[in-house]
Amino acid sequence: MKKILLATTAALLVAAGTAQARDQIKIVGSSTVYPFSSYVAEALGSTTKFKTPVVESTGSGGGMKLFCAGNGMDTPDITNASRRMKAKEFKTCQENGVKYITELVVGYDGIAIAQSKSAAPINLTRKELLLAVAAKVPNKNETGLIDNPYHYWDEINPKLPHRKITIYGPPTSSGTRDAFEDMILKHNTKHWKVYNDAGYKKFHEIRQDGVYVPSGENDNLIVQKLTKDTAALGIFGYSYLAENTDKIAAATIEGIAPAPETVQDGSYKLSRSLYFYIKQSHIGKVPGMLEYANLFMSEQMIGDDGECADIGLIPLPKSLRDHYRADLKALKRLKASDLKKKK
Amino acid sequence: MNKSPNILIGSAHPRHKKRERADTRFRWYGLTALGMALAFLVFFFVDIIGQALPAFHQTEVRVDVHYSEAVKSNYNAGIDHKLRRIVSRAWLRTLPALLEKQPELIGQTRTEWVPADSRVDQYIKQHEGHGLKEKYQKTVDAMAAQGNIRQVFNAAFFSSGDSKLPENAGILAAAVGSVFTLLLTMLVAVPIGIMTAIYLEEFAPDNHFTRMIEVNINNLAAIPSILYGLLGLAIFINFMGVPRSSALAGGLTLALMTLPIIIIATRAALRAVPESIREAAYGLGASSLQTVWHHVLPLAMPGILTGSIIGLAQAMGETAPLIIVGMMAYIPEPSSSILDATTVLPAQVYTWSTESLRGYAERTAAGILVLLTVLLSLNALAVALRNRSQQNW
Repeated sequence: MKKILLATTAALLVAAGTAQARDQIKIVGSSTVYPFSSYVAEALGSTTKFKTPVVESTGSGGGMKLFCAGNGMDTPDITNASRRMKAKEFKTCQENGVKYITELVVGYDGIAIAQSKSAAPINLTRKELLLAVAAKVPNKNETGLIDNPYHYWDEINPKLPHRKITIYGPPTSSGTRDAFEDMILKHNTKHWKVYNDAGYKKFHEIRQDGVYVPSGENDNLIVQKLTKDTAALGIFGYSYLAENTDKIAAATIEGIAPAPETVQDGSYKLSRSLYFYIKQSHIGKVPGMLEYANLFMSEQMIGDDGECADIGLIPLPKSLRDHYRADLKALKRLKASDLKKKK
Repeated sequence: MNKSPNILIGSAHPRHKKRERADTRFRWYGLTALGMALAFLVFFFVDIIGQALPAFHQTEVRVDVHYSEAVKSNYNAGIDHKLRRIVSRAWLRTLPALLEKQPELIGQTRTEWVPADSRVDQYIKQHEGHGLKEKYQKTVDAMAAQGNIRQVFNAAFFSSGDSKLPENAGILAAAVGSVFTLLLTMLVAVPIGIMTAIYLEEFAPDNHFTRMIEVNINNLAAIPSILYGLLGLAIFINFMGVPRSSALAGGLTLALMTLPIIIIATRAALRAVPESIREAAYGLGASSLQTVWHHVLPLAMPGILTGSIIGLAQAMGETAPLIIVGMMAYIPEPSSSILDATTVLPAQVYTWSTESLRGYAERTAAGILVLLTVLLSLNALAVALRNRSQQNW
């Protein structure tokens, strides 16, 4: 009996190696895009004859790695990202034969700096945030960099309250952390003389003396911690703020509170675009890929009053939505030169 | 025979009282520890059950459903505009398919009980942070006053897979995945584990090599389970080409993890069989194979089964290695083969716990409750097996 079982298992293993054809779309990538992507996947599965795509949340970088691994049917068809594909990743893709990729933007995500609802309102600038979280900060005369000495907000700017600095934020693996590093650290230090003099062009080190507390990918946990520790601030995705307005309130950044309108017009600075990338070589081999992409890009999903907006996506302006729909229709190919210029 | 009269015995000894007090204190320490452990357990159960119970009820609303030609292309047309956010979108989506099947419905308007949106559900259950906008709250209050809202048993929780709409999210796909994965784990780990243990215990010579293997097996039983995930990813997915996220990949990975536990339990059970049994068998001329197969193994079976069941129960509650092999994903359809992408119960619980919508919180607790029930039954089975066939030598 046991021998038969063992033999069956062995046979299955061999069979698994040869099973290549697939009738189910595989999607990987950013945990920020995941809620929207899986929402659209479910809609596709329940309203069409196609199987519901499998959506795995691997983080933007992890998704790119799997996506760019090759053209085989065991590689994903679509990868989501909460940032643009990096030129380096595009190169890996090209080297592994993933030549034609279509890039689409589905909307915006805002990063919210939030605190317990019972705490006094606070307004911060990006520079103040940098000085609160960076591992190295300029000394008094801006002649060199020192280890971050700040433990109270009023030490950074006397106008801020005498409040202990505690920041709960995402760990290094997370896309939100990527975005936070980009928008707070790299953005501010890129043109700051003292950092450039020290040889840091894109400084992105976060202090590790316990003031910044990496709190796992689970944003619900950060919300819970904020309700207990009213002096602390938390960093997370805008949708979590929208869902938890009974417990937490946003800090204003340079006087602007995060809201769909302030993200769209660019006045709220802590926001970013959400992308997904289609592997063109799989179109036609895996059924439903274009239907999925079209459904995702439809007004019904990402429009101003769309279903994704309901679950926290901040929609693109109409003109951009049309622009990306045209890209999808033409299956525009991503070029290395696209990734260099700023969008 | 001359007892010294000044030796005090029994309670008369001056240190006796002190020892007695120490004794009592010691007993109280033990009782306090037990009491705390019990208190934690009770708190945990009360908390989980309290959170989970609402998940077994689902709010329904009575609305007019317009079956028309337009519904086929736009399911939103099936319901009055102001009620669209009140009813479940998961239900609305099924309308076009329903009309395909029952075209005779077209042109009718029927008053039906349909599942409510999760926000309405949370509002009716009076949970904080239900997220229902005020204008809809008024609509819902009015409907409730007219008796158009009721709560029914949430059958969808058991009959549907994961969903991005909390009212439609259930554990079916994850349960099916868990069964597939666990079956595979069992088929691989139990025979290999038992055979290894028999060899090591009954046949292997006692030398440096076997002792080294022994130490390694004991170490393997204690290493963090996530390492098995990395091993599984390297061997099964990257090298052998097993499809990512499949029950096969997960089952084999968990089998690796369960193997040492089964080997150790089996060896302990084999060792408990008295040497006299083996000697008697050999004395009657039985071969090694006959001795093990006919005498030792049957006697050790209860212990082996208990160990295997506990090992499998642990595998069932495991998540960490499965993240690495890609089983932590949005997979709403129950898999039909071990090569299909699938997810498992603990992974499902984790996925829900990270969702921001409030409706998932109670489903997380309900998922934990289901998982606990299964695990407790498995452990009870192990205890029953042990008690039923316990041997006293």
